[in-house]
Amino acid sequence: MWNVSVSPHVRSNESVDKIMWTVVACLVPPLVLSMFVFGIQVLLITAVSVASCMAVEAISQKTLGRPVTVKDGSAALTGMLMAFIIPPGVSFLIPILGAVMAIYIGKHLLGGLGYNIFNPALLGRAFLLATFPVAMTSAWLPPLTDGVMFTYFSGGIDAITTATPLAVIKEQGMAAFREAFGSPATVYPAFFLGLRPGSIGETSGLLILLGGLYLMYRRYITWHIPVSLLGSLALLSWVFGGETLFGGDPLLAILTGGAMLGAFYMATDYVTSPSTRTAQLVYGAGIGALTALIRIKGGYPEGICYAILLMNPLSPVLDGWFKPKRFALPLGGEK
Amino acid sequence: MSAHLTFPKGGVHPPESKELTEKLAVETMPLPAELELILGQHIGAPCSPVVKRKEEIVEGGLLGEVKRGLGVPLHAPAAGSIKAVGSSAHPIRVSAPSITIKTDPEAETPTWEQSTDWQQYSSEELLEKVQQAGIIGIGGAGFPTHVKLKPPAETPVDTLLLNGAECEPYITADHRMMLEKAEEIVEGAKILLKILGIEACAIGIESNKPDAISVMKAAVEKLQEPGFQIGVETLTVKYPQGSEKQLIQAITGRKVPAMALPSAVGVVVHNVSTTKAVYDAVVLSKPLIEKVITVSGRGIKKPANLLVKIGTKVKDIVDYCGGTTDDLARVVMGGPMMGFAVSTLDIPITKTTSSILFLSEDEIDTNELSNCIRCGWCLEACPMGLEPKEIGIYVEANRAEDTEQFGVFECFECGSCAYVCPAKRPLVQFVRLAKMKAKRS
Repeated sequence: MWNVSVSPHVRSNESVDKIMWTVVACLVPPLVLSMFVFGIQVLLITAVSVASCMAVEAISQKTLGRPVTVKDGSAALTGMLMAFIIPPGVSFLIPILGAVMAIYIGKHLLGGLGYNIFNPALLGRAFLLATFPVAMTSAWLPPLTDGVMFTYFSGGIDAITTATPLAVIKEQGMAAFREAFGSPATVYPAFFLGLRPGSIGETSGLLILLGGLYLMYRRYITWHIPVSLLGSLALLSWVFGGETLFGGDPLLAILTGGAMLGAFYMATDYVTSPSTRTAQLVYGAGIGALTALIRIKGGYPEGICYAILLMNPLSPVLDGWFKPKRFALPLGGEK
Repeated sequence: MSAHLTFPKGGVHPPESKELTEKLAVETMPLPAELELILGQHIGAPCSPVVKRKEEIVEGGLLGEVKRGLGVPLHAPAAGSIKAVGSSAHPIRVSAPSITIKTDPEAETPTWEQSTDWQQYSSEELLEKVQQAGIIGIGGAGFPTHVKLKPPAETPVDTLLLNGAECEPYITADHRMMLEKAEEIVEGAKILLKILGIEACAIGIESNKPDAISVMKAAVEKLQEPGFQIGVETLTVKYPQGSEKQLIQAITGRKVPAMALPSAVGVVVHNVSTTKAVYDAVVLSKPLIEKVITVSGRGIKKPANLLVKIGTKVKDIVDYCGGTTDDLARVVMGGPMMGFAVSTLDIPITKTTSSILFLSEDEIDTNELSNCIRCGWCLEACPMGLEPKEIGIYVEANRAEDTEQFGVFECFECGSCAYVCPAKRPLVQFVRLAKMKAKRS
């Protein structure tokens, strides 16, 4: 018996599974680096996050009576990304709760793959920040600390925690930041490589950039969202982020916090970002602006998580504003 | 490379798969024992039969004609006797009225030789010959050719385009036609120009057929004469380059308005094989009774470019081509991007059949669809600037009647969106459903 279906009868060899697992693979190098920078426990936290996201996905779909699609990689990707934006010194049990929020409530109760309004990983992190405010804002580790694994598993991690660059700038000012992290000449390369306190997978601008460029080469993402996001963040940080007008440091702004990870891996999430190029430019610029606003004027040192979550629901609106250009209008103009 | 012409927006690059047949010269398939002629070969009113059961008929004899409405007559592809005036299986309409001929292998066949110089005929006489020969757009559209040669008076035509793009993967029928019948095509173009009363003609060919481009250029050079300005344009290999609106934009830069015909921008497009049929009709007085088709895919033992009689059944072609392979998974009438999958081989070739593809399991993709992940790849692929993903989502949500805002009626179902969709969504199927429901509301 032959297979009969509507044309086209040939299809490209891309698939949702392939896209998701490729993005997961691109996140492996930053994870490996993180292991060396913050200690082997980051692997445990990430593994728990990925496993619980996949488990919650399977259970959610089973209980909601939908087909189980765990192997498509989207839950694994959410788990990976959620782990990447939590501090490296938190308990490895924390992501389990985040997974319930991200996958069950944030994804499946909102309609399942393709219909969720908010980025599940960011929703999970926002929930954890509200539930474990102390751990989520203090369990930062200084890079390359000997014996961190022993300290982590013996429960004494609090003794070696430190503050993130953005928190130092926010709470103590630029002078204190320079004293703690050094002059621009040492700060830029160190931060670009990933040698700074921060969330598990957000610190290495270099590896995130390489992964992002690979995804662009594969045409899974385009430059529009990352460039407009980082561009508007850098511009606004330069103009308003310093002690005087035009006195901010644009490069530091994109090398700190979750700017790079957010620009390449969070804001480019297909489901929650707009589809047309113009809409993507506006969307990215909006996230950059909101991030700068929260960093400079808000109560938190870092704002990219909330900035993306705030722009997520605007995606359909932006797609409605910036529709694709039709081949040609009907005779006599628009009906 | 960059000198090649193309359309700017959208398009995809499926594997060309033309290597299976592009080097194979056209061979004439032996006359089958039976021919089955569907009465509605073209867009418009189907023919009414003018023959009865058991009647004897000669090659080229009239089988049916259109009494009222748009249409062209249908002729007997071979001599024989009428076995039945009934119905047959049809790739799209499931079943359709048809005439079956039991062919007579002993009958004398007409020679179809050049009788007169066509230049002596007036434009009206030429047009009449085209219509009476039963010529329709045999590249696939099936629109009666004489109607396209009579553009409305309020939109005068200044350019004739010959479509030799053949952008569908696998198909090489037009390619072989251009290589083997170049001079007939150029002469046919002159006939079309005379009927239209214009001088300018451009022949568009995709750059993956360099041999056809040079052969056609040589033919144009050889047959040039005052009053005709014919040129050959090289097109970029990009699907759907051979779509009428995309071809016109690539060659002339003009954009045909939505829901309008090419004559709105002063252009008429004809396929190169149709042009060859026009030559046959006028110069040889031969009606459209046979055509070159590509038989290809990895599911047939012996791929070929075949000259077959209209009405030849697919099962006879399969026998001639050595049978199918064990991993045959899908049989398609037409190209892989826009053709129709069929469930039986007991189906006849029509004037618009350009190919029959026997696709193996490796060549098709039967993965199940998943939810739309809004990657937007379909928006990038759509040559018309439509929103396939939204049409699909609306159809799934039972709101097909609200899809006109996404341009569903401007969609010509090229399948570029569904080709790129990573969620394997049947977007063309969604569009067809949306059109049906939106029309009804």
